[in-house]
Amino acid sequence: MYAQLVETGSQHIRSLDEMAPEERAFQQRVDEGIKIEAKDWMPEGYRKTLIRQISQHAHSEIVGQLPEGNWVTRAPSLKRKSILLAKIQDEAGHGLYLYSAVETLGVSRDEVLADLHSGKAKYSSIFNYPTLSWADMGAIGWLVDGSAIINQIPLCRCSYGPYARAMVRVCKEESFHARQGYDIMLALCNGTPEQKQMAQDALNRWWWPALMMFGPSDAESVNSAQSAAWRIKLFSNDELRQKMVDQSVPQAEFLGLTVPDPDLKFNQETQHYEFGEIDWTEFINVIKGNGPCNRDRLRTRVKAYNDGEWFRDALVAHADKQERRKAQAQLAA
Amino acid sequence: MSKEWPLWEVFIRSQHGLAHKHVGSLHAPDAEMAVNNARDVYTRRNEGISIWVVKAADITASSPDDKSALFEPSNSKVYRHPTFFPMPEEVKNL
Repeated sequence: MYAQLVETGSQHIRSLDEMAPEERAFQQRVDEGIKIEAKDWMPEGYRKTLIRQISQHAHSEIVGQLPEGNWVTRAPSLKRKSILLAKIQDEAGHGLYLYSAVETLGVSRDEVLADLHSGKAKYSSIFNYPTLSWADMGAIGWLVDGSAIINQIPLCRCSYGPYARAMVRVCKEESFHARQGYDIMLALCNGTPEQKQMAQDALNRWWWPALMMFGPSDAESVNSAQSAAWRIKLFSNDELRQKMVDQSVPQAEFLGLTVPDPDLKFNQETQHYEFGEIDWTEFINVIKGNGPCNRDRLRTRVKAYNDGEWFRDALVAHADKQERRKAQAQLAA
Repeated sequence: MSKEWPLWEVFIRSQHGLAHKHVGSLHAPDAEMAVNNARDVYTRRNEGISIWVVKAADITASSPDDKSALFEPSNSKVYRHPTFFPMPEEVKNL
């Protein structure tokens, strides 16, 4: 998802009996659905895992602006351009809500950003794919933001208060993203045969990476079991992916598009779609930094940050000067 | 590398005449920029008509460890709630 393969540092899930009194009290609060707040006692593993998860989530929002930024100057109309700009601005906002949430855990904004820029921290695999046509703006909004909603709605109920509250804000804004994407797809599919083909091509390229976003099956993963016990992961990767497929296939059918999966079929008994094997070697490759755009994304991000340094410095110099003048005026009075 | 911008807590009053409510935080070099940034980060959809920003470092918060001692005095005074007093059914408007 926006946070993939998050390490918890746990080798096995400890029972309440194995825990020290402080940790037992913590786990019982989590089990009762009581929110953990920034100043509350928490196990070191919980804190570190949340830092990894929330910062990765934040980085995904920030880097997620880049594939879409590619189309701002080439949007087909002023209306589409305004909408795309508003969506990208939301992504920046989502990143900022999440950076604020992660800072409550005792890391600074600059440390977290430095980890992104050095390549130490990860962001979602999905943003390492190129946006080759305008239809990709549609496919991303529809499938990628659609998947993000499926992942983020449960997180509104996660155990860590600041993260849960950030997710509530994000979710309120996210359905605009999914709808504007589907609206782009609708317009293309109701257009010329070439436009419809453009939409089909975008679906062909984004479908599998969108399914990979949820991460490999984590039914056997100790990390996922630990995150579930801490209630910072509420559904398995496979459950969330199934939900995404179940809701997206009928939406693709309405558009008159074909999902690029010959094994896709509806199972009347389970009332779910069955789908083909996912190419996990591709996913692992992208995660390791060898996707189509990994280097370009990071380079662009670091360049934007470095290019803005003189401006950030100027704002600080101005603030310092105002502060000094105020102090002098008080002395003179 | 310049120094890290201070953290500001942001409070917004919505259009419905309610009190300013904490909505989140952000970094900014000074109060003026904090208000500008708060406008962009927290009011993109008409969420407010007034913004307060306060340096996070200037906020004094109660400690979660003192929770029981701090709030116990009010816990034991159930008679402060109107439902503490049963009223005869025949009596109206109370």
